[in-house]
Amino acid sequence: MSQAAEALGDIRISEDGGWRELALSGALTVRTLGRLQPELEALSPADTRIDLAGVDRIDTAGAWAIAKLQQRLSEAGSRSELQGAAEAHAQLLETVRTSLPDIMPETVRPKSWNDRLEALGRRIASAGVFAAEMSGYLGIFLARLGRSLFHPREFRLTALVHHCQEVGLRAVPIVSLMAFLIGVVLAFQGSAQLRQFGAEVFVVDLIAISILRELGILLTAIIVAGRTASAFTAAIGSMKMREEIDAMRTLGIDPAMALFVPRILALLLMLPILGLIANVMGLLGGGIMSWIELGISPAMFTTRLVQDTAISHLVVGMVKAPVFALIIGIVGCHAGMKVGSNAESLGRMTSSAVVTAIFAVIVTDAMFSVFFAQIGY
Amino acid sequence: MDKEAIISLRGIRNQFGRHVVHENLDLDVWPGEVLGVVGGSGTGKSVLLRTIVGLRRPQAGSIEMFGIDALNASEEQRIAIDRRNGVMFQDGALFSSLTVRENVEVPLRVIPDLGTELREALADLKISMSGLPWKAGDNYPSELSGGMRKRAGLARALALDPEIVFLDEPTAGLDPIGASDFDTLIKGLSRQLGLTVFLVTHDLDTLHATCDRIAVLAEKRVLVTGTMSEMLEVDHPWVHEYFHGPRARAAIEAKDRTD
Repeated sequence: MSQAAEALGDIRISEDGGWRELALSGALTVRTLGRLQPELEALSPADTRIDLAGVDRIDTAGAWAIAKLQQRLSEAGSRSELQGAAEAHAQLLETVRTSLPDIMPETVRPKSWNDRLEALGRRIASAGVFAAEMSGYLGIFLARLGRSLFHPREFRLTALVHHCQEVGLRAVPIVSLMAFLIGVVLAFQGSAQLRQFGAEVFVVDLIAISILRELGILLTAIIVAGRTASAFTAAIGSMKMREEIDAMRTLGIDPAMALFVPRILALLLMLPILGLIANVMGLLGGGIMSWIELGISPAMFTTRLVQDTAISHLVVGMVKAPVFALIIGIVGCHAGMKVGSNAESLGRMTSSAVVTAIFAVIVTDAMFSVFFAQIGY
Repeated sequence: MDKEAIISLRGIRNQFGRHVVHENLDLDVWPGEVLGVVGGSGTGKSVLLRTIVGLRRPQAGSIEMFGIDALNASEEQRIAIDRRNGVMFQDGALFSSLTVRENVEVPLRVIPDLGTELREALADLKISMSGLPWKAGDNYPSELSGGMRKRAGLARALALDPEIVFLDEPTAGLDPIGASDFDTLIKGLSRQLGLTVFLVTHDLDTLHATCDRIAVLAEKRVLVTGTMSEMLEVDHPWVHEYFHGPRARAAIEAKDRTD
């Protein structure tokens, strides 16, 4: 390496009439300091003459080491002198000395039980605040939606169409594939179990009820939560990070009207459609698999499907779609607005939006199940 | 000049699509000098800086840094060049998830035998040398003002005592006192460390106070280079306007008063 000469930083110590002579030579730089600093720190306090005549390179790190040594010696009541420093080196030393930070020792208090209790309390309180903010965002969304009925000029139709495409159309392939495979799995597993009772034909009911009532819409909502909640948070969050939201406010544009309404409304319109597509694809997958596996012909599958499956199953499934859409949209927008001014918080809020949205969707689905079971629908 | 140029650009062409920013641009930077680069908006000052530090590959031309052909350098050579460079971006470009001290420590981490305490102490020194209160080391970049972020960016650029620092508009957005402190700091470091400074600026006071030589970017190339007094003699309309405008006169008067 061309900087091999730099490795030659050296210290020689000698005694001269009560003064200790410290002769430094070679390069005194950040690269040699790791080796030299322990030697300098090991010096006991004594009157010291620091000879820099042999030094051919010095940088701020080297100057810092010398300044620090002198500071330490003077604090211990010893004298120190510099000699033989080139003018530029002396100037550098002076610059470093004037900006030497006076570091005070920090006192770290150990965590007490009180602190832990306080932290727990804060977390519970913040969960309450989160719930309140969610309902606040729902309120803002509904209020702005209502406002746009009376002031249709403020409504952003282009943005709505754009988000419908992003949220709805772009998600069709993944949602269809997912639902198709779920139908296949249900038919396959169902036929293996039902064959033991000779009740293969009930696999149609199994597929129809589980897909229409639960799985179609739930799994669609989960995929959309992963795709869209994160996209909302990232888009709104990066605008928040770069003060674009603040700029909107100063320009008299309402961020809720411009950003939340088109996004959440697009989800509200698209999620039922995606759920319907998922239902169709799930039934298709189940039908094909039961034809291959059990020899239930498509005609027979359709007949049983139409005869034995009450319309209520589809209704129960589709009723949940707008609720899931609202949850996903509000969680995504809320998390976006919570992004701070650094990149890390953007990443953290994006992943937290996905987790929160999926969790909330599943909890809501469970509540729906209990509700419909209670009313016997 | 008998010295070897530390950076030499020959025939650089930069273009974005069909928009040519630089055409046949030549520039030499001499060791130990403070070179100020000026030019109107859109003349590609920042593009030039990005080209030299290797963030952008020019469409044509050659770049020689420290005697190495930077455009055809091997990966190790490129890393070696980068270690000898320090760059301060316009808004500091600090890592937002690290505190200021950790930001300054990042370049220091490449030196293997530097202990944690030593590294922190050196980072604190750089922070305080760049004119920040050293307590600022514990803050995150988002908690600092724009001017403080610039200083923290400088502290990081200087962490390894590089041979060249590239400063992109270092005094833009600073208050006059802060800006003139910054000028003094740059001038002082350049003298004491033999630091070469490549300075993109619009600040005429900074040009007067710190720059040994000025390069004017216009007409897609480096139109002229020279000292401040030489600049005043150039009769290209833009250069004349720039160095003889009302702001330039005020800067010259200010300079004369301090001298």
